[in-house]
Formats: sequence, C-alpha cells, structure tokens
Amino acid sequence: MLTAQNLIPITAELWLLIAASFILIWDAFKPNGDRSQWLAQLALFVALGINIGFLMAGNTLYAWSGLFVSDPLANLLKAGCTIATMITLHYSRHYVSDRGMHIGEFYVLAMTALIGQMLMVSSSHMLLMYLGLELMSLSLYALVALRRDHAQSTEAAMKYFVLGAMASGFLLYGISMLYGATGTLDMAVIFKALESGGATVNRPTAILASVFIVAGLAFKFGAVPFHMWVPDVYDGSPTAVTLLIASAPKLAALGMALRIMVEAMLPLAADWQPMFLFLGVASIALGNVVAVMQTSFKRMLAYSTISHIGFVVLALGVGVVGTGAGYRSGAVDAYGAAVFYMLTYVLTTLVSFGIILLLARAGFECDNVADLKGLAKRSPTLAIVFLLVMFSLAGVPPLVGFWAKLEVIIALMAANHTAIAVVAVLFSLIGAFYYLRILKTVFFDAPAEADNVHVIAVPALLLVNGVAIFVLGLFPGWLLTLSVDAVKAALAS
Amino acid sequence: MMNNASLPWLSLSIWMPIAFGGLILLLSNAKTSTIRWTALVGSVLSFLVTLPLYAGFNSKSAALQFVEKAPWIERFKIDYYLGIDGLALWLVLLTAFITIIVVVAAWEVIEERVAQYFAAFLILSGLMIGVFAAADGMLFYVFFEATLIPMYLVIGIWGGANRIYASFKFFLYTLLGSLLMLVALVYLYRATGSFDLAVWAKTKLSMTEQTYLFFAFLAAFAVKVPMFPVHTWLPDVHVEAPTGGSAVLAAIMLKLGAYGFLRFSLPIAPDASQEYAGLMIALSLIAVVYVGLVALVQTDMKKLVAYSSIAHMGFVTLGFFMFSKTNPQDQALAFQGAYLQMISHGFISGAMFLSIGVLYDRMHSRNIADYGGVVNTMPKFAALFLLFGMANAGLPGTSGFIGEFMVILGAVKYNFWIGVLAASALILGAAYSLWMYKRVIFGAAANEHVEQLKDLNRREFWMLATLAAAVLAMGIYPSPFTETIDASVANLLQHVAQTKLK
Repeated sequence: MLTAQNLIPITAELWLLIAASFILIWDAFKPNGDRSQWLAQLALFVALGINIGFLMAGNTLYAWSGLFVSDPLANLLKAGCTIATMITLHYSRHYVSDRGMHIGEFYVLAMTALIGQMLMVSSSHMLLMYLGLELMSLSLYALVALRRDHAQSTEAAMKYFVLGAMASGFLLYGISMLYGATGTLDMAVIFKALESGGATVNRPTAILASVFIVAGLAFKFGAVPFHMWVPDVYDGSPTAVTLLIASAPKLAALGMALRIMVEAMLPLAADWQPMFLFLGVASIALGNVVAVMQTSFKRMLAYSTISHIGFVVLALGVGVVGTGAGYRSGAVDAYGAAVFYMLTYVLTTLVSFGIILLLARAGFECDNVADLKGLAKRSPTLAIVFLLVMFSLAGVPPLVGFWAKLEVIIALMAANHTAIAVVAVLFSLIGAFYYLRILKTVFFDAPAEADNVHVIAVPALLLVNGVAIFVLGLFPGWLLTLSVDAVKAALAS
Repeated sequence: MMNNASLPWLSLSIWMPIAFGGLILLLSNAKTSTIRWTALVGSVLSFLVTLPLYAGFNSKSAALQFVEKAPWIERFKIDYYLGIDGLALWLVLLTAFITIIVVVAAWEVIEERVAQYFAAFLILSGLMIGVFAAADGMLFYVFFEATLIPMYLVIGIWGGANRIYASFKFFLYTLLGSLLMLVALVYLYRATGSFDLAVWAKTKLSMTEQTYLFFAFLAAFAVKVPMFPVHTWLPDVHVEAPTGGSAVLAAIMLKLGAYGFLRFSLPIAPDASQEYAGLMIALSLIAVVYVGLVALVQTDMKKLVAYSSIAHMGFVTLGFFMFSKTNPQDQALAFQGAYLQMISHGFISGAMFLSIGVLYDRMHSRNIADYGGVVNTMPKFAALFLLFGMANAGLPGTSGFIGEFMVILGAVKYNFWIGVLAASALILGAAYSLWMYKRVIFGAAANEHVEQLKDLNRREFWMLATLAAAVLAMGIYPSPFTETIDASVANLLQHVAQTKLK
C-alpha cells in the first residue's frame, strides 16, 4: 500500500502529522512555548507550500483505493485552512502568553485540527470524512477547554462537546442509513447508484438519510435552527480559540458539505435543496436580527457569522434547477459562489478577531462593544482597518464582501428564487445597522478616559490582512475564477 | 468617437481626487497647514483634469465620449467602462468644482481630525464622478454605494449634536433603496448576460418586467433625490451634517438620484416610465407645493434650505416625466429645464449651505430667531446672501430662473393645471427665501452677538463670490449648458418615446 501513488497525494497531511508529533515530543521533555510556536509556523508554512503546489498543478489524484482525493477544490480549501490557521496563531501569540496558554499543546492541537480539516475536504469516502471530522472536533474541544481554571471556558467546552457529539451522531446516523440504502460508503459509487436509481437502491431511506446528514452539517456550520452553540462557544472560549473555531473549520465544513451533498448525493438534490434554502433564510433572518441586540462584541460576531453562513447555505441550495437535461448547469456557479463566499468570509473574520486579540491585554478581554469606544483617536490606522472589515461584512462595495453576496444573489436569481434574494438583501440591511453601530463606537464616540494614553501599533500582518479585503474588493476576478474552476474540476470527476 | 485620445481624462478625473485623499490619509501626522494645502492642490488639480472633458467635448454627438473600456471582472462580464454624454459632462464638472469650494470652506473651520476630513471629501468627489462617468451597470452601483461610506463618516464625526442618528438614517435609508436596485441589476444581467447600460437600453422587456424594474430603480433613486414621501431623511441629515457635508449632499449627492433616472429608469424601462408618469408627476408636484409650504414654517435655517432643496428637486423629477407624444419640443424644453435646474441647484444650494455655515461658525446657532440685523455688521455677506436667496427664489438673471421657467413653460403646455401648481413654487420659493432673509439680515441688530459679528474674511468672500459668479453666469448666459446637452436630451427622449415591449 505504501506506494508513491498513495503517498504523494497525502504529503501535506503526512508532513503535518510528523511535525506535530515531533513538536509534541520535544515539548514534553523540554517545554518551550516560543519554540513550539515557531516550529508550528514553519511546519504550516511548508504545508501551505505543498498545498499551493498541488493547487497550481491542478491534477485530480485518487489514493488509498478511492478513500482520498486530491483535486483543486480540496487543495484550494486546504490552502485556505492552512493560511487561516497560520494567521490565527500569529495573531494570538500575545493573547495566549498573557493567559498561560503559551504551551506546546496549543500549537499541536491546532495542527491536528488542521490535519482533520484537510482530511475532511479531501475524502471521497464517508468513513475517512467522519474520521477527519472527529480528529478536528476533538482537537477543538480540547482547545476550548485549555484554560482549565477558567469557568466560562470549561462551560463552553462542555456545550461544544455535547452538541458537537450530537451533530456527529446525526451525521453518522445519516451515513449509516445511506449505506443501508446504497450498500456502499464510497461517494462516487453512491452517486452512481443514486443517479441510476437501480432496484438495489432504497430511495426513501436515502432521502431520510439526507435529512440527518443535512442536520449534522447544519450543526457544524452553525445554521439556524442548529445554531444554539455558536454564540455560547464563541463567547466562552478564549478569543484565540474562538478564531480557530470561526475560521478554518468553516472552510472544512463547506468542503465536507460539497463532498457529501454534491459528490455523493447530487441526484437527490431536489429533495435536499429546500432544506438548505430554509436553513439559509432562517439563518440570515435570525442571525441579523439577534445580532442587533448584542452588547458583547464576540457574541455579535457570532450572530453575524450565523447570518453569513446563511448566505453560503443558500448558495448550496440552488445548484440544481429542474430535472431536464441541463439540470446541473447552474451547479458550478452556485457552489463556486459558496466557496468564494466562505474564503472571503474567513479572510474577513480573521481581521475582526485579530483586532480583538490585539486590543485584549492581560486581564482585559475587550469583549464588549463599549471597549472599542474612540478607537479612531487611539489608532487611526486600526480604525481604518476596522472600517474595511465592517463594510465588507455589511456587503458594501467596493469591499470583497459585496462580491461574495452578489455572487450568491446571482445564483439565487438564476434558480428563479427572486423572492429569497429580496429577503436576503433586506435582512442585510438590518445587518448593516449593527456593523454601522460598531463603526459608530469606533469613530464617533469619545474614548473612555483611562484608555486615552493607550496607543496601539498595528502589526504588519493585520494591516496586510485588512488591505487584502480592500484589494480583493477591487480585483476579485482571480479568486472568483479560482473558486469556480475548483468546483468545476470537482464536479467533472 | 474619442476626440481627445491622448490621456484617459475620465479615469484621471475619478482617481486623481481619490489618490490625493489616500495621500492625505498617509499625511495624518503632518502639520495641519501641509494637510490643508495638499487638499487644496489636490482638489484644484482634480478640477483641472476635468476641464479637457469640456474642451474636447463634441456637443453635436449624443454618443458616449472619452470612452474607456477594459474588462474588470470577467466572470460576470463586468467592465471598467467609462464614458460621458452631455448629461454627465456638467455633473462631472460641477462635482470637481464644488469639491474645491468645500475644501476652502473647511480651511480654518475644521480643527479636529483635519486629514480625515479632507480625505473623505476628496475620495467622495472621485466616487461621485465615477457614478456620473460609469457606463457599466455594476460599476455605477459600486461607485453609487461606495459614496455612502465617506458621507457616513463625515456626518458622524464632524456633525452636530444629533449626528449619530442622522448618520444612521442617511446610511440605512439610502442603502434600503439601493439594495432593491441591486436585485434589479442582477435581473437585467440574467436577462441579457451583460452589465453594459447600452445593451440594457436596447433589450426588449415585457411590461411586467419593466414595471418591477421601474419600481426597483424608483426605490433607489427616489430616496436619493429625495422625492416625497421618502424625503424625511434629508432635513434631519442636513441639520446635523457639517457645512461641507451639507453642501456636497445638496449640491451633488441628490443629483446622483436624478441622474439615475436618466441612466436607468428612462432608457431601460421607457414603457413603464410612461405608464407611471402620472404618479411621478403627482409626487413631484407634492414636493414642489407641499414641501414648499413646509419650508415656509421652518425655524432652523438649514432645515429651511433642506426643504427648499426637496422642492427644487421636485422640479427636476417633474421635468423628466412630462411625456408628450404630440408635442415633443415642449417635452424637450421641460426636460432641458429640469436638467439645468439640477446644475443650478448644485450652485445655489451649495452656496446657501455655505452661507449658513459662515453664520454658524460665528454664532453657533442655526435658529432664525437668534439672528436679525446681520446687515449692520456683515454688509458684504448680506449682499452675497441676497443674491443666493434671490436665486433660490428663481429671480430672472440668476441660474435659478432658467431651469424653473423652462419646466413651468413645458408644464403649462403639457397640462395647464400642472403648470399652475408648478408655478406656485415661484411664489412659495420667494416667500420662504426672502422671509428668512428678512428675518436674519434686516432690521436692527437683534442682540449683542449679532452686534459683534465680523464680516467675511478674504477666504470666505472669494469662496462665496466664486459661487455667485457661477450663479450669475449660468443665469445670464446659459447657452453653453443647453448646447452641450441638446443632442443627448433629444437622443434620450427619442429612445423613451419608442416602445420596448416584447
């Protein structure tokens, strides 16, 4: 089995596993947070290089008898996950050392979570997908609970674990039913079985399976009505870990959704698409409305995440129109929109949490919107980065968030869901209100007196990250093409 | 088509002020005088690069001129596609011109976050020119929406006591309208596979489609103009905005909405425009008469001018929608009048708000009751303010007259009673403008604050005098304006007169 044909596609995963083990062992004997951090970053950098290399080559490789697939979609999402993890670790370095989390385990767990994410987006077999999901989830549970003496974190970890386990249960139950219906766990074979609709396929069971699978995915996405864990976990976790949960795992969840729903269950699209549409509209509505009422910045961002996830989920719900010959013609556009939305959303989230991490100091969390008062006076540069992020989240052109929303709206209207498109944009109006409120706090309010002296230097990476949102907004073309091509390649194979 | 192909003048007009805005942001920590002079140089240069547009403009042609086209986002066939016809030309020049005045107006007045203030206005100027120059629907939308960002900050940071309410109202109100327009744009993209405005204008659409599109566009542009009954944001925002913000808002941002009617509603949905012309005329007349009456009873000078802006913009929408199959010449007359009214209102409303700003800087009050007898201490100001007040009332010889007169003339031919109602604006306009003038300027000095007022300094005098010159020049010799728009107006009206029904 250990042939080059099998090993080459999993180079990045293998490399990260070796590096993580190495860091863990070294740290067990000679604990040193700094060293673990730099080694982790180095390992991630190499992994990123490998991902990008595969992405540029653009091949589709199957390995391990069809368990594992390395195609442009997988490599694009892997590269995204890796960058997100690297940036997160970079932003959180002061935060974690102020809070006694600057230990080897933090970095190793972040790396194993990343390996899990990579497996999720690269699997073409349900079993591997589930293993990847659990590897990621277990690492994240442990990360949330890393501050053992912190009651709120422990509570968040408990919630996350219980609800996450339930979601995994849903998913596993759905997968088992799918196995019952089709007699296989290989996605390509499931697809063929469902498409041909032969006598061996039990269609009602497969549809029931899709209900459970969609519910499980919705849990992982944090889409309404399976969103309850999101605000509590975002708020309760140490902010560095919140960012680890809020960034790369979302990309991995999207990858997983595309693999299961599209690569395996596309023939059942007429049955599962309405569920996604419902999840999407409910998420956009509830996320935006409830976010208005939040005073905690992290909780507000959590609800804002729910509303953005709603847009991604909507895009997943409009790929297939009708049943005629060209029923899959809109699929590339819709799923491409979902990928682009998620990539740019993660990029934006990194900045917003990066700012919280920057403003948080030892013993001060910067959790509340009120903590941002008068930021524009203390650091004009940071305030401008804030401006770019908030307007991007609100979907105001020329920032990248606008193109993401536009692409989803085009996909919706291509599927003749004009009413849903109108509802989605009107709820974005409500969304604009609370993003504006944040900017009001930053720009219009006077700083609280004690903070007057606290001038903040903006780290170069945060600045680059913020400017990227703007530059991508002016020139979104290449990333749009990249995400659409990735989906096209995945659908073709 | 391109008679001056040497330089991309339109791109320069858009990006020069934006580049200077960015430069000023980088200079945040520099000396205040450096920032001011950079802003002034930036705004003057930005105005100078718009002049070749006028010099090289071929007024015989209704086609887009100074065209620049490059693919921008190929995935959605969105182009960086610029070009102006006669209708866009004057708005581009007006924008660049008003920006200089606004920079001068802020010279000593703005002391807090000076760099951000000037940067916001320069960037705003570039974005608005982008709206007028865009020939691609999505490019138009991007510029149209992006203008909200600097304006939101300008109102919120440098505004009055209730500035936060005003900034939110401004942003959310206008965003609501434009989001519906976005859906309409995507619909047109789906129908035609392109974002090119010229393609959209040619596409045949059914009446149902046109109706939906017309109302989606109406949502965006009526809020922006603003038309009755969605005008309520304007007085609130004007009162709280800083002087420069009010001037730009009244002089140019309102025209973004009116310009939208010319670029979207009329050419893309001509049949629906004709079908609902009655509604538009009714709403415009309500704005002219009812809002004119509302202006009369205001006690706050800025609010009064804000309501008078709504009434004047009512003339603009009135002139656009008086379609006449039998008498195309009268229609063209009213239409040209409406367009001239847009430009003239840019000068006059800007000047009115700047004049009030001059008083406000000295007295920190906008209440008419706090003033009286200003002429005793500020004679130069009183003279200029009189000219602007008269122009606001539509005195012959000022720019305010020609536009309103042409619209009224067209209206009388269209329907006598509409003409009568429109003409009542001349009386109402005179009433509220001159009554305010009388209460503020004439009489004995009302209180000791007025007694201590200092007359205009050199900067303020030249700022207002330039505007006064523009108001008079346009009023006495309007033919450069009418000549350049003639071909474009004729072309547009001809297009609208032909049915586009499938």
